[in-house]
Amino acid sequence: MCLFLLKKGVVTLALLLVIWELASLFNSVDFLPGPVQTVIGGWEIVRNGVLFDYITISFLRIFIGWSLGIAAAVPIGLLIGQFAIVREILEPFINFFRFVPAIGFLTLFLMWFGVEEESKIAIIFYATIFPVIINTIAGVVSINEIKLQVAQSQGASPFQIFYTVTIPASVPHIFTGIRLGLSGAIISIVAAEMLAAQSGIGYLIYTSRLYFRTDWIFVGILTLGLTGYFSDKLLRFFGRTALRRYGVKG
Amino acid sequence: MGDDIAIRVEHLSKSYDAAGGASARIYVLSDINLCISRGEFHVFLGWSGCGKSTLLNIIAGFVEKTEGHVLVGGMEVEKPGRERGVVFQNADAALFPWITVRRNVEYGLRINGTPKRARDEIVNRCIKLVGLEEHEKKYPDELSGGMKQRVQIARSIANDSEILIMDEPFGALDAQTRRLMQNEVIDIWQKTRKTILFVTHDIHEAVYLGQRISILSRAPNATIIRSMDVPSPYPRRLAQGRLPSLIQEIQGLFDVEYEI
Repeated sequence: MCLFLLKKGVVTLALLLVIWELASLFNSVDFLPGPVQTVIGGWEIVRNGVLFDYITISFLRIFIGWSLGIAAAVPIGLLIGQFAIVREILEPFINFFRFVPAIGFLTLFLMWFGVEEESKIAIIFYATIFPVIINTIAGVVSINEIKLQVAQSQGASPFQIFYTVTIPASVPHIFTGIRLGLSGAIISIVAAEMLAAQSGIGYLIYTSRLYFRTDWIFVGILTLGLTGYFSDKLLRFFGRTALRRYGVKG
Repeated sequence: MGDDIAIRVEHLSKSYDAAGGASARIYVLSDINLCISRGEFHVFLGWSGCGKSTLLNIIAGFVEKTEGHVLVGGMEVEKPGRERGVVFQNADAALFPWITVRRNVEYGLRINGTPKRARDEIVNRCIKLVGLEEHEKKYPDELSGGMKQRVQIARSIANDSEILIMDEPFGALDAQTRRLMQNEVIDIWQKTRKTILFVTHDIHEAVYLGQRISILSRAPNATIIRSMDVPSPYPRRLAQGRLPSLIQEIQGLFDVEYEI
């Protein structure tokens, strides 16, 4: 029983709550609100609907930008992995821009795409594409030579080999890229919403300091961590079930 | 000459540049000459690292030759082709794990656009031939090692390859399964009359299977030191007739060549 609770993370969680509560006892609520105060404060913004609105808007931005990013990055990664010439042309760009964080482009994107949703989606898109491209390339170049030889001696053309062997065999790496892309997307959207938005979890965390609502900051942080944790769980579940045949492991 | 020759190899050599420079080339294979008839079960026998896999890879079209000719059906081999089906030793790498056994077997037929009705008929026949009827809906990772090799064999036969190239296909199997698969291959060969090129390092396997055995010398400069016919009918018993003395003769050749 004890081991079961330990495995499920219940012990870790309980320990964290106890330490947090103890620490908060010695501090004012504006400096460090405890778990109970955070729940009470959180209930306020749950009741007036703000929290759910913000979660929805943040995740809508993430979902759109992330999906578009995947849709663009997978073909690019496949082409770079497959064709040496594409690799020669594009790899320097990728190795340059992947070290420039999405948030570095915030001002430019606001100018180019406006202060509405487009600029946030562009930020997410940018944050998603690099991990997906790089992992997709890794997937293509690490394909077992024997699989390609099988397809060749079965009479497949290079194009047929590409879509019957290269793409399916790259799925586990692509999936890893997609997971990394999601965490990059969540990190970037929070930064973007802090600096240039009127809604979203990042906005909640950033503006709460104006009202001395440190408890809402904690609510924002918890929301981010939990939604990230569960969306990754969901993604892994999808990988484990729908993509199991391609060798994706949860 | 002519129609009944499946594969002709003339003065075939394969060399690499040594690390030192162009002056010192290392020959893996040197001056291989060989003629394999249509429908022959031909075994290449040699110890590990003797270059027999290189020879097979050149015939399959995976590796480029340096000198000489490899003619299949009278045409110079330049790349892999569907008339040369390959059964790899590493079945886990050679099967596509994301599709079922049946889809693996019909891969080549789908690639070349065989209509569904003809495809179904061929695939059913080939799956039956290797005895995988009960397993056709399974995925490769649900199969045993022997079954995986059956899938590979069925795949090449379904694709109507005239030649089956088998590179130590049973090397990773346990002794019982290996004997079972050897009998299976003989059975399939007798039913389909394919030309089979079979590589092994096991003298007993070579004598059990081969109509003709080519023995390779040690690399570098590996070449065929002896080709011999095995006149016994199938199924063979290694302890009977001429076979024990044949095995001993080959063992003797090995002892000299490999200095053991």
